[in-house]
Amino acid sequence: MLDQTPAPLVSVRDLKMHFPIYAGLFRRRVGEVKAVDGVSFDVMEGETLGLVGESGCGKSTCGRAVLRLYDITSGEIRIDGREIGSVPQPDLRTMRPTMQMVFQDPQASLNPRMTVEAIIKEPLDEHTKLTEAEKREKVAELMDAVGLNRKFAKRYPHAFSGGQRQRIGIARALALNPKFIVCDEPIAALDVSIQAQVVNLLEDLQEKFGLTYLFISHDLSMVRHIATRVAVMYLGKVVELSPREALYAEPLHPYTKALLSAVPEPDPALASTRERIILQGDVPSPSNPPQGCNFCTRCPAVMDICKQDEPKTHEVQPGRFVACHLYNDTADRTAGTEV
Amino acid sequence: MPDGALPVLDVRDLKTVFKTRGGEVHAVNDVSFDLRPGELLGVVGESGSGKSVTMMSLLGLLPSPPADVRGGTVTFGGKDLLQLDPEGLRAVRGGKIGFVFQDPMTSLNPVFTVGMQIAEPLRKHMGMNKKQAAARAKELLELVGIPDADQRLKDYPHQFSGGMRQRVMIAIALACDPQVLIADEPTTALDVTIQAQILELMKDLRDKLGMAVIWITHDLGVIAGIADRVMVMYGGQVVEHAPVKDLFQNPGHPYTKALLTTIPKISGTREKRLTIIEGQPPILAGAPKACPFRDRCNVAMDRCAVENPQRYDVGAGHDVACFHAEGV
Repeated sequence: MLDQTPAPLVSVRDLKMHFPIYAGLFRRRVGEVKAVDGVSFDVMEGETLGLVGESGCGKSTCGRAVLRLYDITSGEIRIDGREIGSVPQPDLRTMRPTMQMVFQDPQASLNPRMTVEAIIKEPLDEHTKLTEAEKREKVAELMDAVGLNRKFAKRYPHAFSGGQRQRIGIARALALNPKFIVCDEPIAALDVSIQAQVVNLLEDLQEKFGLTYLFISHDLSMVRHIATRVAVMYLGKVVELSPREALYAEPLHPYTKALLSAVPEPDPALASTRERIILQGDVPSPSNPPQGCNFCTRCPAVMDICKQDEPKTHEVQPGRFVACHLYNDTADRTAGTEV
Repeated sequence: MPDGALPVLDVRDLKTVFKTRGGEVHAVNDVSFDLRPGELLGVVGESGSGKSVTMMSLLGLLPSPPADVRGGTVTFGGKDLLQLDPEGLRAVRGGKIGFVFQDPMTSLNPVFTVGMQIAEPLRKHMGMNKKQAAARAKELLELVGIPDADQRLKDYPHQFSGGMRQRVMIAIALACDPQVLIADEPTTALDVTIQAQILELMKDLRDKLGMAVIWITHDLGVIAGIADRVMVMYGGQVVEHAPVKDLFQNPGHPYTKALLTTIPKISGTREKRLTIIEGQPPILAGAPKACPFRDRCNVAMDRCAVENPQRYDVGAGHDVACFHAEGV
C-alpha cells in the first residue's frame, strides 16, 4: 500500500447482537443470548482481518451482523464511509453491492434448482441494468476468474464438487465488484487438499480486484497464512487484536496462548517439544456469561479482580490490543490509547 | 515386525464394494494392516479415501446391501471376524473391540440417560447386574474426567457439552476393557481446546489400560502428536505406511509429500503461497487398474496409468505404494 496510514474501509464500534430467549406459556422474554457483546475493530482497505475463535464464540454472528444480515442490538458499523448500523433494511439494498459474503457451506448456500449461471447472475439482475447478453458475458468472466470452466454454466450445483461449489459462491460474491467480502469459514467444509486451492484463489482475487476481507475461521494455521491482522474472540468479545506476526510469535492474552498451544503441530519433532496449555472445562453459556472477565472460569492466570471487573481493551504495544487485567500496568503507561 | 509382538488385529486384503444404481463403487481395495498390543495406529486420508469404511467393514457395521465386503481376512483373537455370524460379531463389538464415532451429537441416544447407555454394554457383555453396572459406569465417567460422576449418570445427552459427550462415548467404548479401540475422527467435531483435552485423555488412557488404538483422522497435526505408526489412505488404498517420525521426515508417496506441504504451519516461517494439489480425489467406479493418484501426481509415469503399484518396502517398517519407491 502506498499510503502509510490507510483509512479503515470498515469500522465497527461496540457492536452488540443479542438474541432474545422466549419461554413459558406466553412466550415471555426471559433473557438473551449475548452472541456478540461489544465488539470493536477496523478493517483497513486491502487487508485481511482474521477473526478466530471456537464454535459458539460469536464470530459468525459478528460477521453477519457487520453486513447487517441481522438487525443489530446496538453499535456503529461504518463501511466505505457510510454508517449502516441503524439504516433500515430496505435502504440497505442499495448499499449491498459494496459488501458481499461467502458462506461456510457451499452445499446449503446455493439453490439446487438454479443453474450456475442463474446463481451468479442473480445479483446482476437485482442491482444492475445490464442487458441479458452483457450479463451472460459477465458471468462467463467471473467463472474464468474463479477457475470454473465456462462450459459448465448451464449445470446445477449438485454436479460440482465441494471445492467447485465454493468457487461458485465466490463468483456470486464478486459479481457486483464489491470492496468488502466477509468470508465465513469458507474452507471449513472442504478437504485438506482442496482448502489450499480455495485459499490461493481468495488471495489471487484480493490482489486482482483490491478486495478487503473479513476472514472468519477456526483454523488458526490457515488464518496465520492469509490474514494481515487477527482478532481473537471468546464468548462474544474480542480478547486480543494484533498484527499476525506478533500474535503468533508472542500471544498476550491467556486465552490466545491456550488456543495457539492447542493447535496440533503437524511435525512430530516439534509436537513433542511444544508446551501445551490444556484448558479445563468448557465455554460458559453466552446467555449467562460469568461476572467480570468472560474467560475467568477457565483462565490459568486468573486473579481476584478478574471475577469482579470486566477488563477493558488497551493498546499494550503499538497495534496490539488486549482485554486482560494482566496488562493493566502496561496500559497505564500508554494511557489514552483505549479503544 | 521389529518388536516381535503378535498383532492383536491383523487385516489382510480387505475389499469392500458398494452397489449403487450408477454401478459398483470400490471403496476399499486390498487394504492390509496389523495392530500391535498397546500401540496407536493413525489412519489419515481425505473424505472418501475409505478410512472409515475400512473400519466399519471389519466390524460388520455397514448395511448390506448396498455394502458388500467382498474379500480378505480380519484376524482377531484367533478368529476371522468376516466369517462370524451376526451373533458372534455382536459379542466382539462393544466388548473386545470398542468404537468411538465421529459425531458425539448424533451417536448417543437422546431418550436414555448417560448412565443407562454406559451400563448397556456392561450388562450385555460382562453379565453385570444393575448395581454392578451402575458402579462401573461411575468409575468410567471418572476415568474419562467427567466431574461429579454420580449426578451426571442421571443426565441426558443434551445436558452435556460436545467435549463431554465425546468423553461419554469414550467411556462407553472403554466399558468392557477392550483390547482394541477404534476411534473414527473422535475430535473432528470439537474445538481445538477441547480436542487438546481429549487427545491428552486418550494418551493417558492408552498408557493406563494398555489397549491398542486405531485413530482415524484427516488432521496430520493430530496424528503427529498422538500416533506411533501411520497409514495414509487415498482412493480406497493404503498408499503409505510408516512409523510416525519417519512419515513426517521422510515421506515417500507423492500424495503424502503434497499433503504435508499444503497445510499451513502454525509456527516457524510462514509460507508465501500454499502448495496445492491440483484436481479432485478420484471417483472409485470399477476395480482399480491404475494408481489412484496418477491424475494429480507431479511425477506420474506412463506405467502409473496401466498398473496399480503394490506397497514396496523401503525399510524400517516403512512401505510406499508408488513405482518410484520400487527397488529403493
